[in-house]
Amino acid sequence: MVVKLDKVDVVVVGTGWAGGVVSAELSKAGYKVVALERGKNVTRDDYIGVKDELRYTNRYEMMQNLAPETITSRNYIDEDALPVRTRKEMMAGTDLGGGSVHWAGATYRWKAYDFEIKSKTIERYGKAKIPNDMTIQDWGITYDEMEKYYDRWEKTAGISGEPDPLGDKRSSDYPNPPMKESPAIRLFKDTTKKMGYHPYQVASGNLSQAYTNPDGEQINQCMFCSFCTQYGCDFGAKSDPLVTVIPTAMKTGNFEVRTGSYVKRVLYKGGKATGVLYVDNMTGIEYEQPADVVVLAAFTFTNNRLLLLSGIGQPYNPTTKKGVIGRNFNAQFNITFLGARGFFNEKKFNSYMGAGALGATLSDFAGDNFDHSKLDFINGGGIELRQYGSGAIATNHVPNGTPSWGPEFKKNSIYYTNRTYVAWYTMATMSYWHNFVDLDPTYTDSFNDPLLRITYKYTDQDRNMAKFGIEKCSEIMKEMGADIVDDDEVPQEFDHVYDGGHYAGGVIMGSDPATSAVNNYLQMWDVDNLFVVGGSAFPQFAGHHPTATIGALGYRASEGIEKYLKSGGQLVKGKQESASV
Amino acid sequence: MADKPTDRNEKSGMSRRAFIKNTGLVAGGVVGGGLFGGLFTNQLQKNAPVTTLENTSGGLQDARVFINRAEDFDILSAATERLFPKDDLGPGAIELGIPYFIDKQLAGEWGMNSKEYMKGPFITNIQAAGTHNIKRDQDTQGPNAATQVPTPTPRYQSILNRSEVFTLGLRKINEVAQKDFGARFVDLDPEKQDEVLRMFEEGKVEMKGVGSSNFFSLLLQTTIEGAYADPVYGGNKDMMGWKMKEYPGPRASFLNDIEKEEFIKMDPVSLRNYQGH
Ligand SMILES: Cc1cc2nc3c(=O)[nH]c(=O)nc-3n(C[C@H](O)[C@H](O)[C@H](O)COP(=O)(O)OP(=O)(O)OC[C@H]3O[C@@H](n4cnc5c(N)ncnc54)[C@H](O)[C@@H]3O)c2cc1C
Ligand code: SF4
Repeated sequence: MVVKLDKVDVVVVGTGWAGGVVSAELSKAGYKVVALERGKNVTRDDYIGVKDELRYTNRYEMMQNLAPETITSRNYIDEDALPVRTRKEMMAGTDLGGGSVHWAGATYRWKAYDFEIKSKTIERYGKAKIPNDMTIQDWGITYDEMEKYYDRWEKTAGISGEPDPLGDKRSSDYPNPPMKESPAIRLFKDTTKKMGYHPYQVASGNLSQAYTNPDGEQINQCMFCSFCTQYGCDFGAKSDPLVTVIPTAMKTGNFEVRTGSYVKRVLYKGGKATGVLYVDNMTGIEYEQPADVVVLAAFTFTNNRLLLLSGIGQPYNPTTKKGVIGRNFNAQFNITFLGARGFFNEKKFNSYMGAGALGATLSDFAGDNFDHSKLDFINGGGIELRQYGSGAIATNHVPNGTPSWGPEFKKNSIYYTNRTYVAWYTMATMSYWHNFVDLDPTYTDSFNDPLLRITYKYTDQDRNMAKFGIEKCSEIMKEMGADIVDDDEVPQEFDHVYDGGHYAGGVIMGSDPATSAVNNYLQMWDVDNLFVVGGSAFPQFAGHHPTATIGALGYRASEGIEKYLKSGGQLVKGKQESASV
Repeated sequence: MADKPTDRNEKSGMSRRAFIKNTGLVAGGVVGGGLFGGLFTNQLQKNAPVTTLENTSGGLQDARVFINRAEDFDILSAATERLFPKDDLGPGAIELGIPYFIDKQLAGEWGMNSKEYMKGPFITNIQAAGTHNIKRDQDTQGPNAATQVPTPTPRYQSILNRSEVFTLGLRKINEVAQKDFGARFVDLDPEKQDEVLRMFEEGKVEMKGVGSSNFFSLLLQTTIEGAYADPVYGGNKDMMGWKMKEYPGPRASFLNDIEKEEFIKMDPVSLRNYQGH
């Protein structure tokens, strides 16, 4: 039996940055908002005194419990997918605030080039530059239109940074100055400056000073405590939904969040979403929550899966290349974030200190900032040197050729604990017709609903770009004076490890309903009162971290939802583009 | 997923391009730990921690809570000691309490795979073994590389949970020792013990329901964790693991030190200190 609840204006699934921003904006505007979150109710108190590397980094305390639900994964269309069974292979947020609480905080705006990648690539290099298999597309929105939403989110989150010298136009500076520089960061900047590059401090969601955001929420100054990525902040110094948008929504009196509420379906009737069906994890009782507007902000996997399970939108079919739900799945997997590791015999660093987003970066090889005429790939990525603060378990890096256990390993791993850094390439990944998601025919969750299945393989573009990035990182490491520089190897194929939380697409934005699921307000083309918010809307992955763009899209969607609540209907007129799938 | 080229343990370090600054230390382009041996000893001997009875006395509280047979536990102790041996830098696995750490881990949520997807169908044992033997070195890969243990990551497809894998694996170690070297593992000399372990590492031992390299990878992962996890879990006795690494333990703030050039050595504190109990 399903218990039917009273109707609300807006029901939001998920409480990360995406769901949090939407909840805050609409409850501020006076609408009654209910947010449903599958995980626990947590507050900052849950993160005080838990600087425990084993529990958080190695046992994935804050990650999704996979016992009831996971995803399946394969490389090729004719393969059987296997479930991703362990949390070591799968990081996705759960609990109030979602993955947006245990993120590191590295913040980047995506580029003007990214939003119009297809047109701009053709414009500069001609049509032939885009391989036939590649299904990249413009977003249906430009950077200039996105700028004010980025600005909004950065102010809400209190981002601390300095502008990218090679970046696009900004309407204002970051709300807080950049973080302090550690010696390793100074070394990276001095070296790369001498090499003619344009380094700058990574913009950070770890705050450089105490700050009150425009909604009146206080975020504290970061202590460089080092227990940051994969942890909640015990000082309220990391910008996350728990210290910003969720309390903002709460203050309005229009907002209710129900944790332990696992959403199973979007309910759909007569071309409209009527609400959602969810289960209370404690009692097993099923509820129907009716609403005028349904917002899916439950991260890429759930956003896709709920649409597929609910039979909303046309599922993508890789054989006919028709359909949209599941199309253009894109992500940063083990072929990204490769580079070169340097070992310094003469220098010792305080590498045990740090913060999730403490680092230096450069954009000389990002986006289309460099000429690709003679290169065998398009797009690029940032080169970063980060100082997370090395945990004792995590830091066992040894030069190549050292055995991975025994006396030599012990000596080298201890010797190099405070003598090693890595520079990596945060490269972009493009979309292809053969990378997509659908429902698995075999594996099911604890309710016997099919799991989401990922089909994803690498291409020459990926491998060529990775190789290029590794070479650049290696040169930098050598110039930095490392005595030994070990270059990463380019993997031939995707290894089904989902770590790092940079998975996107499947419910993508665009201007043509034939090749996109949502319009540029994140409103579904097929269902006017259903908005699907988050990385699921990225048509392809840019060469930088995703979350600022997710936050900005949250503001864009909020504006759209308000418009819809006022006047109803489709907010954007779909265009038919050339059939170039 | 027949061949995964990304494993660095199976290929030698030679296959990767490595740059080595000309320090006169290098022969043939490969840096082996052995070449550095002298260098390390010179630089580190001064700080080698002294092991005394007092700072290992925490062991009085240790007892097995998962592994039933003393013999299995002895194999675990001997094996982990080979992976992380006592040397002039400091204590090895046994003195650090690593076998007890692992025993406790196996008794809990992680050992029982409580938060892992353990629903079937499971692919057959033979396939599972094959899958598990496909390894990947996480050390330098992935967005989160800086927070990963540098052990190989096989794709877990076994019907067995980790504690079952350990029980089978430890007994298998003895079986191989008996069969190939004619003695119990604990009675073999260290070189022979290493040979046995290497067979597991390389996936050459047939195990039921799981690849032997998968078991080895769990053994290595937990050994390193036991050396450096907070002492509250039973390893890293008296923070001796951290002392070897000059790791300061959980601390509230490095705000005033983050910009400093010189290396700052701090006496470690543990979670117990940090939580203030
Ligand atoms: C270790 C780590 C470090 C990262 N560091 C960075 C970084 O430095 N910079 C960066 O830009 N990005 C980073 N990311 C990525 C970042 O975490 C995500 O991009 C961001 O949190 C996504 O926000 P979201 O709101 O879309 O999803 P989330 O914050 O994950 O929120 C989704 C919520 O939906 C809930 N949910 C899912 N399914 C259901 C369901 N069926 N019913 C009810 N609720 C459901 C989940 O429990 C979750 O709370 C990192 C990720 C990880 C894992
Ligand atoms: S490093 Fe800074 S932001 Fe991160 S958890 Fe520590 S105090 Fe919080």
